[in-house]
Amino acid sequence: MKKIYLLPLIFLILLVALLYRGFSLDSRNVPSPFIGKPAPAFDLPRLYQENKRISTEKMKGQVWLLNVFASWCVSCRAEHKVLTRFIREHKVPTIGLNYKDYGTKEYGKDVLSWLGQLGNPYTYVAVDTEGRTGIDWGVYGVPESFVVDKKGIIRYKFTGPVTQKAVNEILVPLVVKLRKEPA
Amino acid sequence: MTYSLKVLLLSLLMTFSVAVRAGSIETYSFDTPEKSAIYKRLIEELRCLVCQNQNIAGSNAELAKDLRRQTYEMVSKGATRDEVVDYMVTRYGDFVLYRPPFKLKTVLLWVGPPLFLLISLIFLVNYLRKKPQVAEVTLDKTQRDSVRDLLK
Repeated sequence: MKKIYLLPLIFLILLVALLYRGFSLDSRNVPSPFIGKPAPAFDLPRLYQENKRISTEKMKGQVWLLNVFASWCVSCRAEHKVLTRFIREHKVPTIGLNYKDYGTKEYGKDVLSWLGQLGNPYTYVAVDTEGRTGIDWGVYGVPESFVVDKKGIIRYKFTGPVTQKAVNEILVPLVVKLRKEPA
Repeated sequence: MTYSLKVLLLSLLMTFSVAVRAGSIETYSFDTPEKSAIYKRLIEELRCLVCQNQNIAGSNAELAKDLRRQTYEMVSKGATRDEVVDYMVTRYGDFVLYRPPFKLKTVLLWVGPPLFLLISLIFLVNYLRKKPQVAEVTLDKTQRDSVRDLLK
């Protein structure tokens, strides 16, 4: 019996395994090269108080969350309730980065009524009309959420709407752990 | 014009029309032709992350526009190709490059296809060599006569 005839079969099985893995990966979930790196600094005008500004500098010494959102983003509406509960229950200081929304030609002041209607869970809302800060943070789809530690290092990035499962299994344990770390 | 010449011309036309279509929308001007060349090369090399199978030169997505603007601003301030690539890779990972760098994670990507070709060639050569020679058949006189009769 020549075993050589088994080779194509083995090869086929390997190929199928490879393709199966390839196609079941979510190609939109690009791993962030930012994890473990310092959060890019910004200093942006605040929504509601445009003469005041909010910067990453100001958040140093605490574990905080950056949530990229926009009134035109459908998934942001989807995560809003879950996110709000997480921020309030665990008292997480949060900057909502209003991405290419407030002050743009298309959306003007839509975000004000959006937050008015759904509630504003953010400690600060930073306005990034042109999306420059977004680019600096490697944002490629909204919503995105970043967990930053006391030293200003990005420790986690969540792409897409935050789910209750992600809050329970990832975000809460992470925030608890990071709060124990020295500043 | 012969038929095959027409086909050839048509396929050539189709090839070039793709290149024309891939032009970007806005036109940025640079103070030196070198900068302009760096910009053009970069937007061909960088991937649009929301429309993953396009580069940022060919995409009209918002993110692609922003990345073009970012590239333009950096290049016009004198950034080199490598500096812009570094900036993008730090933020979006190797995935943002259409030509990924050669490293441990991408070894299979680079080495895989030539390796596959090599293995296939070895198999092919072996197969052809091993192919049994057709044994010579010797016929006796009666058999030869019957063949001749058949061929008549």
